[in-house]
Amino acid sequence: MKQTIIYNPKCERIARDELAQLQIEKLQSTLNRVYRNVDFYRTTFDAHRVNLETVKDLSRMMELPFTTRQDLQKSYPYDMFAMPLRDIIRIHSATGTTGAPIVAGYTRNDLRNWTECTARLLASAGVCEHDVVQIALNYSLYPGTFGFHQGVEHLGASVIPASLTTSVEKQIVIMRDFKSTVLISTPSHAVTLAAGLENLRVHPERLQLRLGIFGGEPLDECRRQQLQERFHLTATAMYSINEILGPGVAGECVEHSGLHINEDHFLVEIIDPVTLRAVKAGEEGELVLTTLTHEGFPLIRYRTGDRTRILPEPCRCGRTFLRMANVTARTDDLIFFQGMGIFPSQIEKILYEVDITRPDYRIVLDQEAGQDTMELRVSISDKVQSLDQLKILENLRKQITQRITAVFDVAIRVSFVEPQTLQESGTGIRVCDLRRSR
Amino acid sequence: MSFEFIWAKIMLRILNLEAGYGALRVLKGISLHVSQGEAVTLIGANGAGKTTLLKTIAGILRPRCGMILLNKQPIETMSAERIVRRGCALVPEGRHIFSTLTVRENLILGAFVHWSRNRRKEIDQVLEEVYSLFGILRDRQAQLAGTLSGGQQQMLAIGRALMSRPRLLIMDEPSLGVAPLVVKDIFNTISILKSKGLTILLVEQNARAALAVADRGYVMETGQIVLEGTNHELADNPEVQRAYLGKEYQRIDE
Repeated sequence: MKQTIIYNPKCERIARDELAQLQIEKLQSTLNRVYRNVDFYRTTFDAHRVNLETVKDLSRMMELPFTTRQDLQKSYPYDMFAMPLRDIIRIHSATGTTGAPIVAGYTRNDLRNWTECTARLLASAGVCEHDVVQIALNYSLYPGTFGFHQGVEHLGASVIPASLTTSVEKQIVIMRDFKSTVLISTPSHAVTLAAGLENLRVHPERLQLRLGIFGGEPLDECRRQQLQERFHLTATAMYSINEILGPGVAGECVEHSGLHINEDHFLVEIIDPVTLRAVKAGEEGELVLTTLTHEGFPLIRYRTGDRTRILPEPCRCGRTFLRMANVTARTDDLIFFQGMGIFPSQIEKILYEVDITRPDYRIVLDQEAGQDTMELRVSISDKVQSLDQLKILENLRKQITQRITAVFDVAIRVSFVEPQTLQESGTGIRVCDLRRSR
Repeated sequence: MSFEFIWAKIMLRILNLEAGYGALRVLKGISLHVSQGEAVTLIGANGAGKTTLLKTIAGILRPRCGMILLNKQPIETMSAERIVRRGCALVPEGRHIFSTLTVRENLILGAFVHWSRNRRKEIDQVLEEVYSLFGILRDRQAQLAGTLSGGQQQMLAIGRALMSRPRLLIMDEPSLGVAPLVVKDIFNTISILKSKGLTILLVEQNARAALAVADRGYVMETGQIVLEGTNHELADNPEVQRAYLGKEYQRIDE
């Protein structure tokens, strides 16, 4: 049953030479526009002595400076917008990170393009107008959920904005009674739902689910297998950048051999994260993204931190857009946990704030009853002499737990250990991820 | 959602085009394309370089660098009349008709690339097509072109360009200096030409009318393209609305 409709064949099956022309035109006009409208780009381009007129073909892009997550944070809240606020009709943000959050603005055209991009990818994954799509993602400041929601509506399928605010049991009842055929969620929440199925003794055959679309976190093959078996569905990966664009950049078609990139809206490069040069064709490296049509929040060479590679061969599905390999690794130490991205350094900062002078810690990610868990093991260094009493320790533990829960909105277990136990697993290793080994 | 689609073939492809007059650099690296059967509009303020771009495409002005491909053939060094032979005709700004010749003579001149004794019939046939498109020209065919009204002269200029049987028609401000009612006629004619399969590149001050007839468009500012998009995208772009569609916002902070 490997047949799907190509949502926008005129774009998705565009001839490569026409696409190349379109891309250079859009790149040049985007560069001209950001130079005129965004102070950050004007100063960065000037500082790097970039002459935009020399960007005569796509390969010359490499002369442009990168945009990093820090740049976006520094521009908090609206400094990177290329349009005045009165033209922005939607604002999304990545909350829950320490330091300034990243704020992105969307104009009417941006929302339309975003919706179109997501709809294309959903259609290529196999969603059609007869589907009943349950969205099990939080409706919050994060752009991801809304991207999916708009895309599903645009396709004409039925959206159930079940979100995560109701209990797991209720979500499963909705899934069963509303006869959801497609589940959109993060892989980790899907695992939680699968565990819920078992608790409620709902056999997956009693559900109508046939397709799962998972984004927000990497979907590795082991997870995919696990989800397919537990839900009796086909699991499809959708790439999304949590902090800025959400879904719409790239997604798997029914062939499940790489994610098609919406190349008429995004330009991708793969670079070596150390030398910052382009890798050889087909090699793995960091994904660098340039928006070609974003009016409100254009990005030039944004370093995503995601590791992937380009699959240059044409796909059997007939789309001419390039594919990239499923993203399963990062160039930095970002942890994906319950649909959130957390940097260990952020945890470290919290430890500093609650007065642990030289924090030595380990973040242990594991699975328990099918759910992801996070444990923070903090060593009590010798310098904290006053912590002898159990009561003070308990207080400190509560404080750390509360702080982390408040900032990231995730459940975490904090425990204190002796310094030696941490050193056993090697110094310098902050994160111990046991989830994949199970 | 439709299953049928045509492989859009690029008819005109321009890459990094630079041109100017003497020390004056007008076009600073223009890239754009027009696919077969498409109507593309170029909007921009006075002095943005729109007319310069069209003149460069038509071979009236030599580019300093860059590439112009017409059906994959480079034309940037070709003479204007050879470019017409290749199927690309320009309707110049301000019409430039021969006012001391009759309407009919003006039209026949437009067919100079096909002129030869034994192709007389063919030319008559094209002439008939132009007459059926612009009935007024048939009525006035013996009249001196200089005595026509502004709108009629514009129709004559378009008709003359059509006489060369172009595949790509380039129009520079066809609504300039024409009565509002006639503007409507001219844009109607453009849609008819488009529906007949003619590929069109249209430069217009009247952005609203241009976006209504075009599939895609580019916005040009000081010799650079700053925006590309479908007609809907451009019409919904707030900057385009303010600058070219005359939509003004009341500022709250004033």
